[in-house]
Amino acid sequence: MRISSSENAKPTPLRAIRNPTGRRSFLKWTGVAAAALVAGCDDNETRTLTEVLPAPPPDTLPDPGQRLVNLGSGDVGILNYAYALEQLEAAYYTMVVSSSGFTSTFSAEEQRVLIDLRDHEIVHREFLKAALADNAIPGLTPNFGMVDFGSRESVLQTAMAFEDLGVTAYNGAGPLLTNPDFLAAAGKIASVEARHASAIRDLLREGEDDRFFAGDDFVNPKLGLSPARSPGEVLQIADPFIMENFDTRNLPSASIVPVEEWLNL
Amino acid sequence: MNEQPILETLDPEVGERIVSRRAALQASGKWGFGLALASVPVALAVSARSAFADHLPQQVLDVLNFALTLEFLEAEYYNTGLAAPGLIQDREVFSQISKHENSHVALLQAVLGGDAIAKPQFDFTAGGKFPDVFSNYATFVTLAQGFEDTGVRAFKGQAPKLIDADFILTVALQIHAVEALHASKVRRLSTSPAQKGWITFDDTAVPALEPIYAGEAQTTQLMIEVPSLLPDFVSDPAAATSEAFDEPLTMQQVLEIVDQFIVGDVDGDGDES
Repeated sequence: MRISSSENAKPTPLRAIRNPTGRRSFLKWTGVAAAALVAGCDDNETRTLTEVLPAPPPDTLPDPGQRLVNLGSGDVGILNYAYALEQLEAAYYTMVVSSSGFTSTFSAEEQRVLIDLRDHEIVHREFLKAALADNAIPGLTPNFGMVDFGSRESVLQTAMAFEDLGVTAYNGAGPLLTNPDFLAAAGKIASVEARHASAIRDLLREGEDDRFFAGDDFVNPKLGLSPARSPGEVLQIADPFIMENFDTRNLPSASIVPVEEWLNL
Repeated sequence: MNEQPILETLDPEVGERIVSRRAALQASGKWGFGLALASVPVALAVSARSAFADHLPQQVLDVLNFALTLEFLEAEYYNTGLAAPGLIQDREVFSQISKHENSHVALLQAVLGGDAIAKPQFDFTAGGKFPDVFSNYATFVTLAQGFEDTGVRAFKGQAPKLIDADFILTVALQIHAVEALHASKVRRLSTSPAQKGWITFDDTAVPALEPIYAGEAQTTQLMIEVPSLLPDFVSDPAAATSEAFDEPLTMQQVLEIVDQFIVGDVDGDGDES
């Protein structure tokens, strides 16, 4: 995934003006190919794409890395950005829970947590997709090639990275929304991502570091604040896990000035 | 125990000064917040603290003082618990939480400057309802969970009021998420009954905490009935949906919850009101 934005864009005019109709038919094609791999998947093209894991080998598909996904502008753009992150998380936990070594790799408590997280992220994904309706971006193609699904440490480390990232993303995205109803909805999701982060962090360092659920590596120990990141920063971090490129040029933006700077603390 | 909602005491001076300040700010557009921020570096050079709060609309000041009330309550609760001999079993956990709550108090006081309310007096037994709060660890954990889950819902409920004050909203969200980190951990400390880090429907093991979970069972969001959208392998779609969204509480709902832990002279002006 590469990110196009007003700051770092090397605008590729051909991509940026890609005909939406062309993209839709491309998606449909991949949806059909993906559906063929999973018995019982029948209808929805984006749903099959996000639920089919692992992704079909690249040589059977046009390269999703060539696709440019335009997140849109205004509140729609921010909700699409959230939808992209929730797709990533839902796909990740779906893969974790369905991996062959799941029950032998994780304790009973860890399995309960990971299944809950899968369900919650699917809830977030489906909610945002429904809320966005015709404005929703298509289903994305995750890339979890760097995750060792047979390793407890690898799976929980990646989960922590995603949950921490989600918290910082919602912290930074809230102020970019203009509709109070959307802000309220985002807030309802944001704290659940933080609840996840706490539980995953706790499982990862159980018996080693009892402060890690809200560790100084994440919560500023002087101010007691979790970090806020801009969409550009978040998508840069998510980049290795998503095949598609994002066009973020129309997203609302605001510079995040750390509170200690504007308060001169 | 003071029966009067502290809402009335949070904002002692809705007077000429405020009205004229607001009018001036509103005249400059969008609550004047853009102007306020632009002038902050200059203002800071004169007086870092009060100068900043002077540029905040009254509604934002009210929200910040409401948040400060909750943070005062949490900070004192953990400070007292940690000082009680032999009470806290998970010292690392509660030391970390205590550190954050004390930071939140200091931060909000710094933002509010001279507009910050004084610390209320607290009675964590709630007039005798929780007599062993600082001698029985299970009671201590139960109330901690109640305070953290209330904090999450309280900050969430105020966020839309800050939608035009981006810097303040960001800080509020940054605190909100930390309260949720705490809440999840404290919930997971409980063993009888064992609890998840997230809230299933409006379940609570403690009847006295029921108001804290009122309305948490909601499964319709933005008029979308979410459980019907979920794939078959989600074993309990309604439970998963309720867990996946934390619901807000209004300022009034929160004040009714915390009022039972506040005694006497709330606003520090020497009067009982």
